[in-house]
Amino acid sequence: MRHTLAVMVENNPGVLARVAGLFSRRGYNIDSLAVGRTENPEVSRMTIVVEGDQRVLEQVTKQLHKLVDVIKISDVTTERYVDRELVMIKVSATPSQRGEIMQIADIFRARIVDLGAKSITLECTGNDGKINAFEESLRSYGIKELVRTGKIAMLRGIRYTGVQAQESE
Amino acid sequence: MKKSGAHILIECLQAEGVDTIFGYPGGQVLPIYDALYDADLRHILTRHEQGAAHAADGYARASGRPGVCLATSGPGATNLVTGIANAYMDSVPMVAITGQVPTSLLGRDSFQEADITGITLPITKHNYIVKDISELARTIREAFYIATTGRPGPVLIDIPKDVSAGQAYHEDPGPLYLPGYSPRLEPDTAQVARAVRAIEESERPVIYAGGGVISGLAHGELLRLAELLLAPVSTTLMGLGGFPGDHPLSVGMLGMHGSKYANYAICDCDLLIGVGVRFDDRVTGKLDEFAPGATVIHVDIDPAEIGKNVGVDIPVVGDVRTALQRILEKLQPRLATRWRDTILNWKKEYPIEFEANGRIKPQEVIREIYNVTGGNARITTEVGQHQMWAAQYYTYTRPRTFISSGGLGTMGFGLPAAIGVQVACPEETVIDIAGDGSIQMNIQEMQTAVNYKLPVKVAVMNNGYLGMVRQWQELFYNRRYSYTELQNPDFVKLAEAYGAAGIRVTKKSEVRPALEEALRIPGPVMIDFHIEREENVLPMVPPGEPINKMLG
Repeated sequence: MRHTLAVMVENNPGVLARVAGLFSRRGYNIDSLAVGRTENPEVSRMTIVVEGDQRVLEQVTKQLHKLVDVIKISDVTTERYVDRELVMIKVSATPSQRGEIMQIADIFRARIVDLGAKSITLECTGNDGKINAFEESLRSYGIKELVRTGKIAMLRGIRYTGVQAQESE
Repeated sequence: MKKSGAHILIECLQAEGVDTIFGYPGGQVLPIYDALYDADLRHILTRHEQGAAHAADGYARASGRPGVCLATSGPGATNLVTGIANAYMDSVPMVAITGQVPTSLLGRDSFQEADITGITLPITKHNYIVKDISELARTIREAFYIATTGRPGPVLIDIPKDVSAGQAYHEDPGPLYLPGYSPRLEPDTAQVARAVRAIEESERPVIYAGGGVISGLAHGELLRLAELLLAPVSTTLMGLGGFPGDHPLSVGMLGMHGSKYANYAICDCDLLIGVGVRFDDRVTGKLDEFAPGATVIHVDIDPAEIGKNVGVDIPVVGDVRTALQRILEKLQPRLATRWRDTILNWKKEYPIEFEANGRIKPQEVIREIYNVTGGNARITTEVGQHQMWAAQYYTYTRPRTFISSGGLGTMGFGLPAAIGVQVACPEETVIDIAGDGSIQMNIQEMQTAVNYKLPVKVAVMNNGYLGMVRQWQELFYNRRYSYTELQNPDFVKLAEAYGAAGIRVTKKSEVRPALEEALRIPGPVMIDFHIEREENVLPMVPPGEPINKMLG
């Protein structure tokens, strides 16, 4: 089963290497990893999608907790959450094909971010299923390049997994 | 007044209570060595950085205080790596300090530059590179705190030369703020209650005790628990001395070279109480047949050890000593008298033994070391057959008296570790039980022992083989002794060349007199025991077998 972990880490140099190294040396598989800053400038948030059964997940969580830079880990998959991913896809497109592609973009509420003589670049956000479907529907035009950000996720409602900024004295 | 980074470092070390460091100078630690020149801090110069790391490790294991080692950048730092990994695997509190090229040269493949924080990521509890002198004092305080609390381990601090040479005010860093680090000491009351119930319901309990008992200062509580239940106690290699080996309830070591009765007890028990252990593969043998009928209680400070290798029924996460105290407060035990009698019978029926003949048996040498020292020595070992014999045939009754490389299995550990132990315990007898292979991996440290008048005794079990590997070749590779026969130097002359004493022992009758003479000599001594060449370590669980299927 796939789990989505929200891992709050201190913004220290090397923290990404510590987390990534832990996964590789203990043989855990990362499906995707997205990292960026949060509402607290001292804290970054890694969203890690990891594949494995309950036992693997428990070990992943415990081993991550042993890293001094890791502040908090939440398995958002166990609760109600929203998740999003962004994809950019560059497809071959002759001027005569543009109309069709723009119709597809409309259906997926994707946007055109670049237009060349022989290509169109589109961006689309959504969950896994939507992104996959979008990719599939563009495949026949010839995908030149595709890049996904990896998933980010947040709990629904008032609950949060963040870390409050340290009280200043 | 502004001070150099090096001076701040030394003041911080002193503030942490450090009295001795083990190190080796080099280009990028010149400012630190300049400050050490007239500092009130003892520095032991080893002959190799690996020796410094193992000496710091031995110092820490013997004293319970963090060991500190110091090396220069690049090769100095990489030479520490084995020692750091060794400390990591055995959860030894250590702070390793390395010099680094100046920050302006970082990342340019500068002379003697190595990314030591990157290299040591998987073998340190945490590590730092200090790029700003204002961070130095706080970093050192954090490093000692992390190394010594929770499950202990090595922490590395990499200090670029411009930081150690730079000038700053030494300001107190104030209280530590480590939001991601808070070791759990007090166990959960519900977990304790479940453990207590399981113990009270058990008829055949066995205690499996490891290094956590020693580092967690829980040997007193362990003894009380065992005596309250009449439960046999088996220790791991790391746990030797955590329970008195001469106690009637002691069943010695378990696992691959454990006693038969320990392994039988594990296989037959209905309750296994693991205390400060990690269910290592050398202990468990075939996993699904380890303690097959038992409820498993696992007491450990590291939650990640729970369920890592073996399914645990009742985890008790917390400081081992506190956890045992909480259990003892609640416990209404019933005595496992019949079970105890069964174990005592097994002890009589399946003693650890060897066949004596006219030649020198290593087991006899170890027993004589025990007899001659009255069991009061601090023993270190290298890694291999002699290490197992030292575990089997010397009886350890006190914590921190058996100091050996367990997890990493580092040949070359014993001599530098003995130096660290002797520094920590200057009044005690320290003996490195060695093999002829292992001793040559850090033999240069004889010079360190001589220079500092550290009277360590090295007992080399010389069989002209890498004995443990040879044993596996004999048993599992059809006696094809591929590159395991050793041509050795003359150890007596070698010892003398270093300025130590050397004694050669080729006859059985000379074993005891040689040991007595070695103890009389005030300085370091190397004794070269020419032992039976193809003696095997028995009993032995072949790899992949359950632990009750033993050879020998």
